[in-house]
Amino acid sequence: MLLYALRRLLLALPLLIGITFVSFLVIHLAPGDPVELQTGDPSIESSAQAQKMLRELYGLDQPLHRQYWNWLTRIVRLDFGRSFAPDGRPVIQKISERLPVTLLLNVIELLVIIALAIPIGVLSATRQHSLFDKVTTVFVFVGFATPDFWLALLLMMLFGVQLGWLPISGLRSLNWEYLSFWKQHLDFVAHLLLPVIVATFGGLAGLSRYMRQSMLEVVRQDYIQSARAKGLAERVVIRKHALRNALLPIVTILALSLPGLIGGSVIVESIFAIPGMGQLMVQAVFARDYPVIMGNLVIVATLTLLANLVADLAYGFVDPRIRLAGRRSR
Amino acid sequence: MSRLADRRFATVVLALALLALAGCAGEPDGPGEAAASTPAKPAYGDVFVEPILGNISGLIPQLTNDMISSQVSSLIYSGLVDLDDHSRFVPALAESWDFGADCRSLTFRLRKNVRWHDGKPFTAADVLFTHAALVHPKTPTARRDDFAAVESIEAPDPYTVHVRYAKPYARALMSWATAMLPAHLLRTWVEQGKLREAPQHWTHPVGTGPYKFEEIRSGEKVALKANPDYFAGRPYLSRVVYRVIPSQATIFLELKAHGLDSAGLMRGLTALQYTRQTEYPAFRKAYAKYRYPASQYTYLGLNMKDPRFADRRVRRAFAHAINKQELIDGVLLGLGREATGPYKPGTWVHSPNVARFPYDLAKARTLLAEAGWTEKNAEGLLVKDGKPFTFELLTNQGNEERKKVAEIVQASLRELGVGVEIRVLEWASFIKEYVKKRRFEALVLGWAIGEDPDQYAIWHSSKTGPDDLNHVSFQNAEVDELLERGRTACRREDRVQYYHRIQEILAAEQAYVFLFFRDALPVVARRIRGVEVGPNGLTYEFARWYVPRGEQRYTAD
Repeated sequence: MLLYALRRLLLALPLLIGITFVSFLVIHLAPGDPVELQTGDPSIESSAQAQKMLRELYGLDQPLHRQYWNWLTRIVRLDFGRSFAPDGRPVIQKISERLPVTLLLNVIELLVIIALAIPIGVLSATRQHSLFDKVTTVFVFVGFATPDFWLALLLMMLFGVQLGWLPISGLRSLNWEYLSFWKQHLDFVAHLLLPVIVATFGGLAGLSRYMRQSMLEVVRQDYIQSARAKGLAERVVIRKHALRNALLPIVTILALSLPGLIGGSVIVESIFAIPGMGQLMVQAVFARDYPVIMGNLVIVATLTLLANLVADLAYGFVDPRIRLAGRRSR
Repeated sequence: MSRLADRRFATVVLALALLALAGCAGEPDGPGEAAASTPAKPAYGDVFVEPILGNISGLIPQLTNDMISSQVSSLIYSGLVDLDDHSRFVPALAESWDFGADCRSLTFRLRKNVRWHDGKPFTAADVLFTHAALVHPKTPTARRDDFAAVESIEAPDPYTVHVRYAKPYARALMSWATAMLPAHLLRTWVEQGKLREAPQHWTHPVGTGPYKFEEIRSGEKVALKANPDYFAGRPYLSRVVYRVIPSQATIFLELKAHGLDSAGLMRGLTALQYTRQTEYPAFRKAYAKYRYPASQYTYLGLNMKDPRFADRRVRRAFAHAINKQELIDGVLLGLGREATGPYKPGTWVHSPNVARFPYDLAKARTLLAEAGWTEKNAEGLLVKDGKPFTFELLTNQGNEERKKVAEIVQASLRELGVGVEIRVLEWASFIKEYVKKRRFEALVLGWAIGEDPDQYAIWHSSKTGPDDLNHVSFQNAEVDELLERGRTACRREDRVQYYHRIQEILAAEQAYVFLFFRDALPVVARRIRGVEVGPNGLTYEFARWYVPRGEQRYTAD
C-alpha cells in the first residue's frame, strides 16, 4: 500500500511538470499581454520606452522557453514570484490572504451539501416514484437551474433590505473590531449565511442525483435480495448493506471535488463582496497576470493529482475488491 | 483639501490634461434637495463608508493607473498645488508660485511646519526627491514625461524650489499637483529600482494629506483615519472606510439598507437608478442626489482615410441627421448635455460659439446630394458609381450605452438612405486589431478628458500613425499650429484663444460627430453636511465634510 502510494507520487511529478508546461504555453499564447493591457489603453500616451521597461521588469523580453525555465527553477524552490499587477506583491502572499475564506466557505458548503444530498438521494431511491421523490426531484432541479446571482439578489433584498435581519455583503460588520468575542463570531456567521445558502442550493442537485442513482443500482443487486430474503429488517438492509455500497462512487466524486475547494465561485464572491480566490483568479486572467495565474494553477494541479491518489487509496480502503485486484495486476 | 474629483481623469487619461472649468455649476436635484446642506454646527467624529468596485493596486499614486487607487491615495498625499472644484489652481504644499517671464521657469515657496504622517518635516528636499524618483529609469510610472521636461530643479533653501524647463511647458504647474513622496523613507527603494516593493506602496504609505493610512484588508476594505496635524486643518470625519464591493447591484442594495454613505463619489448611480429606482420617500430622506457633467464625451468617429468620409459635407450631413437630444433622452434618460466639441460645456476652455448642427433631415439630404449621393437603389440606399452607401459601425462590448448609440445612429442614417451595420467587439481586440490598425470605417467611442486642454495627441496631424490617438486621421494645418502654440503657452488668457479657435474648426469640420457629455450622478447620505457640488465634482472639500454631533452614526473616534 505504502509502496503503491509512493510509486503514484513519483509518477505524478512528470505529469505535474507537463501540466505546468502546457498551461504556461497556452497562457502566453493567448492574445494580449500584461504590458499591453497596462499601457495599451488608447487614452494613455505610453511611450515605447515605458513598455520596454515593463517588459524587462517582468522578464517578458526573453524567449518563451527561457521564461518557462526561469519560472520552473523558481517554483521548485517554492518561489511563486511577484504579481504583474501594479502592486507587485508576492504571489504567495496574494493567494494566502484569499485562500482561507474560500476554503472555509467551500468546506461549509460541501458539508451542508453532503448532509442534505445523501439523505435526499437515499430517500428518493428507496421511495422511487413516491410524492417525496417527485417533490425533491423538482426542488433540486429548480436549485440547479436557478442562476446564483438572481437568487442571491432576491435573498439580499428580502433578508437584507426588507426585513433587515442579515447583513447584505462582506465578511464582517464595520464595527467588528469593537464587538465582544462572541458577537464577532455571530457577526461572521450572519455574514456567511446567505452565501452558503445560495451556493448550497445550486450544488444540491448533482450529489443528490448521483446518490439516488447509485442507490437505485445497488438495491437491484442480488446481495440485497438475499439480505431481504434472510429476513433482515428493511432499515438494516438499506443502512448496512445498500448504503455502504452505494456510497462508493460518491467517495470518488467527493475526492475529486477537493481541488475545487480552493477555486472560489466568482459569481457568489462578487455579489456578496467576499474577497476569495474566485475574484483573484478572474482579475488575474483579465490582467494577464501570469505569475498569479500560474501560482494558482500549480496549487490546483497538485491538489487534483493528490485528490486522485486519495480517491484511489480511499476506494481501495472502502472496497477490498479493488485493493486485491490492484495487487494482482502488478 | 482633497483632490478626488480632479484626480480621476488625470490618472485615467494622461494624453489630455487640464480641463479647467468655470461657471457650469453642478445642480443638486430639485429645489428641496439642497436642504442636505442645512447649516448645523460642524463636529468631529463619525465614519464615511464609501464603496469601491475593486481592490486598490497600490498606494504610491504615480505607480498606479486606476481610478480606485488614485481615489484612495488622493486623501493620503498632497501635491504642491491643488485644483479646486472649479479647476482653479489653489495652494497646497506650496504657499505660492511664480512663472518667469519666458514661461520656462517656475518658483514655488513651500508652506512651513508641514509634517509627514510619521512626524518628519516636509521640505524642498522631498520635492527634489519626488522629481528624481519619477525620472529614475527604473521607476515604472506613466508620469515620467511631465518630469523629464524639467531641465533643472534646485532648492536654494528648504522652503524654495526653482524649476526650469528646456522649453515652455503648458502642463508645468499642473504636473506639480502630483503627490509628493517622502524622501526619508523611499530614497533607497528608488535607488535600487524597487520602488514598487517598498512597504509604503502597500501597507505603510506616508503622505502629508488629510487622512492617514490605518488598515488594508485585501479585497475587503481600506481604512483611513483623520490626520489631526493636516496643514489645512484637521478633517471632521474621523475615518473613511472604502469597502470593496465588486457588484454594482450589491452596492445599490447596500445603499438601500443604509450600509453605505454614497454610491461611489466618483461614479454614482446609473440614469435608471437616479430617475426611477430611488424616487421613493425613504431614499430621498436618507440621501441627497447630485448631478454634474462628467468629464467624458461620446462621439461618432468617421475614418477620413475612407474617401466618402474625407468629404466634409458627408460628415456634416450625418451631424444633421442625428438628433442629439433624442440620443440623450433615449440613452441617458435625459441626464446629459449635447457635445459641440471636445471640451466640457461651461468650462473656461469651452467655446459656445461654434457651428451647430440641429436635427434637419432636409439639410442632410441636400448636403449628401452636393457630395454626389443622388441616386437610390431598389433597397432605398444611396448609390454613387454603382456602389451603395453602406458602412460598418464598430463599438466595444460591455458598454450598453455605446451599443444603444450605435443603434440610434443606424436608424437615423437609414432615414437618409445610408446603410449601417453594427459590430460589437471585445475591447482588447477592438483597440488592437481595428482602431490601432485603422481597419474601421466608423466607430462609436468616448474620451475621458483630463484637466489640461492640450489635445495634441488626438488632433495633430503628426499623430495619425498606427499607435497614435488620431485614429480618424484628421488633418488640418491651422489646428496643428494652434495645438503647438497651446501647449507651449503658460498663461490661461493666451491659451484660451487657441483652444476656442480649435473648437470652431473641429465643429465646422465635424472632425468627429460629437454626441454628448453624460452627467455624473452621485448620492451622499444626508447626515453628511458641507457637501458642495462644483462643475468638477463634489470631493474637493472632503476634509470639510462633517456630521452634526446628534446625527453621528458610528461612535469610533
